[in-house]
Amino acid sequence: MFEKKFLEDLKNRKADWDRQAEKLRATKSRPKFITVSGEEIKELYTPEDIAGLDYEQKIGWPGVYPYTRGVHHTMYRSRYWTMRQFSGMGTPRQTNERYHYLLKNGQTGLSVAFDLPTLMGYDSDHTRSLGEVGKCGVAVDSLADMEIIFDGINLGEVSTSMTINAPASVLLAMYLGVAEKQGVPFNKLRGTLQNDILKEYIAQKEWIYPPEPSIRLITDMMAFCTEHVPQWNTISISGYHIREAGSTAAQELAFTLADGFCYIEAAIKDGQDVDAFAPRLSFFFNAHQDFFEEIAKYRAARRIFARRMKEKYKAKQERSWLLRFHTQTAGCSLTAQQPENNIMRTAFEGLSAVLGGTQSLHTNSMDETLALPSEKAVLIALRTQQIIAHETGVTNTIDPLAGSYFVEALTDKMEADAEAYLDEIEKRGGVLKGIEDGYFQREIANAAYRYQREIERKERIIVGINDYIMDDEKIDIPILKIDETVEKDQCAFVKKVRAGRDNDKVKRTLEELVTAAKGKGNTLAAMLECVRVYATEGEICDALKPVFGEYVEPPII
Amino acid sequence: MSEKIRVLLAKPGLDGHDRGIKVIATAFRDAGFEVIYTGLRQTPEMIVNAAIQEDVDAVGVSILSGAHMTLFPAIKRLLVDRKAGHIILFGGGIIPEEDVKALEAQGIDKLFTPGATTEETVAFVRKAVAGRKDNEKIM
Repeated sequence: MFEKKFLEDLKNRKADWDRQAEKLRATKSRPKFITVSGEEIKELYTPEDIAGLDYEQKIGWPGVYPYTRGVHHTMYRSRYWTMRQFSGMGTPRQTNERYHYLLKNGQTGLSVAFDLPTLMGYDSDHTRSLGEVGKCGVAVDSLADMEIIFDGINLGEVSTSMTINAPASVLLAMYLGVAEKQGVPFNKLRGTLQNDILKEYIAQKEWIYPPEPSIRLITDMMAFCTEHVPQWNTISISGYHIREAGSTAAQELAFTLADGFCYIEAAIKDGQDVDAFAPRLSFFFNAHQDFFEEIAKYRAARRIFARRMKEKYKAKQERSWLLRFHTQTAGCSLTAQQPENNIMRTAFEGLSAVLGGTQSLHTNSMDETLALPSEKAVLIALRTQQIIAHETGVTNTIDPLAGSYFVEALTDKMEADAEAYLDEIEKRGGVLKGIEDGYFQREIANAAYRYQREIERKERIIVGINDYIMDDEKIDIPILKIDETVEKDQCAFVKKVRAGRDNDKVKRTLEELVTAAKGKGNTLAAMLECVRVYATEGEICDALKPVFGEYVEPPII
Repeated sequence: MSEKIRVLLAKPGLDGHDRGIKVIATAFRDAGFEVIYTGLRQTPEMIVNAAIQEDVDAVGVSILSGAHMTLFPAIKRLLVDRKAGHIILFGGGIIPEEDVKALEAQGIDKLFTPGATTEETVAFVRKAVAGRKDNEKIM
């Protein structure tokens, strides 16, 4: 990138500077200069650090292979990222009210948070659901609940993301059911399903069936959507939870990409054309506190993905090479102490996602280490994004940090570290083998422990946790409480639904689903028939358990 | 006293967030405890059965899903019913201050919330178990 002569002169001048700086190095503001991931950072980056970098090959142009600078030619000058707050709590009606509130205040997409029973495929009145109904998100048992959640919201006009994995097909089927009731054709529907089961085994741990049948459900869905729901992003391959579980940035990047390639290989093996499904794969990353490390991660992610899609999987369409991603700021970076400080943390994290070229963003609310967000907290979080978009000026130009000696060197390092992990995973026999052996789980747990020890040794200062502590602190923000009546109401509602439907039809459609699952039928198409007659989520998931089996994780510590 | 303190660590309910309990497990192990980890999705019955079978000194439970007001009292009740009320019951998670007070009033020995260190958790259990053993000697 630089003339040889220039670099030689630079070396000499750097040596001069180095001699002068040496005298001052005895004084240190902190014991170690490391990223959140524990990576050592140099005191200074210069043209030497990017001397070998070929602009066209490594950095290039926005919207042009290898997309280091972004997936669109014009990025935020044409359209801001989608401001999408992950949200859901209590009953479907309460959640519907929250959605109307967010849309009224300028949110541009919906993102549904389901409660744990829904995520695990249990109805609200199942014994396992006791105490969990409506707590971490909204409770959904049948199409009747989804009709309420989207009441007064035209599914042809909004894009909806649903964080659901093991029972993702069931919830997509219900969403399709609502669209039918609203008279919106499937090809008008826009949105994303998380549907990333591999990271469940690795990090988030909400599974039902073992990996192989779970991947079958996913490839069925991909095939169904290619034909009927062409604008729907079928999988959001997620690093977010891997990072929240304690991984480093490079692990998040590598494990997520490895999962993505595993789905791609499964669909190719299923006989699907890579260019038919790849354009609808999307990614989901974490935005942690280390500003530049995160930006480097997003830039490296695009480059690695584009290269593999083109060279390894032989995708021919440019749209298949694009790594598009959603970002959520790091829940694990927030503190329960002095929770108002979380507003600042989230703002910096959101800014890194924007500088990294995200397609959509969720900014956490300040109270999320204490409870689900209050209306006040979620509004500040949304306003944070609007301030980044409209006031900071960072959206005036595309990829403004490109060419920074530090950012380019860090992007290269991130790419190399992730590639090394990808090689290691391959050497160990691939993603499924790694899950089975507990490789990912152990790597993440070790990183989490190292991070905790750094905090306890004060090698890493977290404001309000191990320094700047306020004695006798009183929490002075409103805290949302999910009323215990939610569980009772929801249990009564699902019982009413079961009593009021045609149970012969339910039985027949469930049997047809089992037949499809045992054979080669499309399971999503069969589930659509089940939800239309108000079969519940628990009934549908249970019907498949004898066919697919259930997953049990060996305890790994 | 060269005998190792035995601690059972458990994740009840549907919550899969196991970062915290794994960090705690490693910290207890590093501190010389005998650690038994149940894995995920344990019912209160499974946890109490394991505690009794393994003859542990303490049970540590991690809940981040908001189901703490249901699950902690259920575990405590079962421990008492099964004549194992002497086992120290502690826990951690996303638990609002007022719920911490309510649960500690119901006999849960100690609850740790975000920001607590592994060192204070280990120190608490060491002290609580020693205190209980002293009591037993007196009696």
